[in-house]
Amino acid sequence: MSLILARKEKRSSMDIGMFFAALLTLGIFSFLYKDNPVYKVCEAIFVGVSAGFWAITYFFDNIHKKFWLGVFPQEGDSPDYWLWGGAILGFLMLLRISNKIGWIARWPLSFIVGATAGLYMMLYFVSNALNQVADTMMPIVAYASDNSVLWLDTFGNFIVVLGVVTGLIYFFFSKEHKGLFGTGAQVGTWFLMITFGASFGYTVMSRMSLLIGRLDFLFGDWLGLF
Amino acid sequence: MANTISIILLILLGLSLVYVLVRTLKGNPIGRRIVFLYVAIAAAIPLFMDLEVPLPITTDVRNLYDALEKLPDGSKVMAAFDYDPPSAPELQPMAVAFMKYAFKRDFKIIIMGLWPQGPIQANMAIDEAMQDPEIAAKNLQYGVDYVNLGFQSGNEFVIQSMGTAFKTMFPKDYRTTPYDSIPLMRNIVNFSNIDFVMNFSSGEPGTIQWVQIAVDRFGSVLGAGNTAVQAPQVYPYLRAGQMVGLLGGMSGAAEFEKITAEKGKASTFILSQMIAHAIVIILILIGNVAYFSEKRKKK
Repeated sequence: MSLILARKEKRSSMDIGMFFAALLTLGIFSFLYKDNPVYKVCEAIFVGVSAGFWAITYFFDNIHKKFWLGVFPQEGDSPDYWLWGGAILGFLMLLRISNKIGWIARWPLSFIVGATAGLYMMLYFVSNALNQVADTMMPIVAYASDNSVLWLDTFGNFIVVLGVVTGLIYFFFSKEHKGLFGTGAQVGTWFLMITFGASFGYTVMSRMSLLIGRLDFLFGDWLGLF
Repeated sequence: MANTISIILLILLGLSLVYVLVRTLKGNPIGRRIVFLYVAIAAAIPLFMDLEVPLPITTDVRNLYDALEKLPDGSKVMAAFDYDPPSAPELQPMAVAFMKYAFKRDFKIIIMGLWPQGPIQANMAIDEAMQDPEIAAKNLQYGVDYVNLGFQSGNEFVIQSMGTAFKTMFPKDYRTTPYDSIPLMRNIVNFSNIDFVMNFSSGEPGTIQWVQIAVDRFGSVLGAGNTAVQAPQVYPYLRAGQMVGLLGGMSGAAEFEKITAEKGKASTFILSQMIAHAIVIILILIGNVAYFSEKRKKK
């Protein structure tokens, strides 16, 4: 009895919000039967609330907390005038809505593209090219500290090297995929297919987790059945 | 009692699949709505059960745990929360287990987020962790033992700037306390003052950006918890040694709960997931049986 009372007490503070959340969840689930107006309403509410949340978050976190409090500090800190640069670029971006001077919005856009390209040029080169290539340059036969062969690790290394080489062959289009070269490309295709399959398996796992999360909310948090 | 009823229901569900197979072989397959119903029932019933699932700890999870174990008590750990509520079923159990483990080890935790909802999820994880009597007894203080720096827009540029000075990106924390007034942050300038970075991520910006900038550029030690969708993209970095460990999806969360002995929701959810997956696999097999028998009939 005390457990039930405790559970009710816990839920009572959020009953209206929880009830509404449960209705929205069921409304979204109703799409599984067929498209219907309830689903459309729930979808529209979700989109609207998300947009509102993002707008408010960006306003208070960026414009107020970062920019406003940065250039007009309240506690005797020195103002950060560099923030005006970002603010001006941000304002220029809004000029896109004007037909006459909309072209000015290209300047902040150029800044973003340039800065991102500059940052990523080195990041990708180091993280996704150098480090990844270095990891595939390995001795195929793996040895333990007592010089005995580690067969499982050796097999793993062989698979990595084979996958990299055949995968590269598959994406090499300057030579026709025939003969031994064609066989290599075919093996590369299998590696790609296995990769996509593993990726899809993980996606199913993830989507199932979302379903479980909602069911936990409906039966546990809302109905208090466990 | 709940366990017994649930097991009986699952057996009935399994037997009904035999009927579905027979029906399919007779050329009368079930509709997609029945498939949805099967998956929903398979996912829901285990939630009422309290069974221990045999769960081996994978190398990726063990490596992450070992890396955390090697940290001395009181280490400064950054926890980056880069996800939102839709990914919470997978990532929140990881976050709660991590917080409990970290608080019990007296780690000083610095929280931040590249996603607006991330720091809110972090607060929820902290609230849940604080309900643990052992942690509650420590009487941990905000600003001294942990701090939430909040969200900062700018994606990967935020991490890049943090490499120079955290303060440039987070002049004030989540509660608008100035950076210099937070006791925990007084001796922390940038990543060189952080012992470990833990990232919970469901997309971009997330783990990949943390690897590219915090690890490869500034030399941080990184562990991550990812949604299952994202995990395959992160494995190449893990294999190349750019990360110390990875918690992938619900199974990663359940394994982490098990290895840290912080049983939480993932330990319950994983049973649902296992049974739901089994049902999906059986339904795929039945679908293939239908396909090939149809093909044979046409010949």
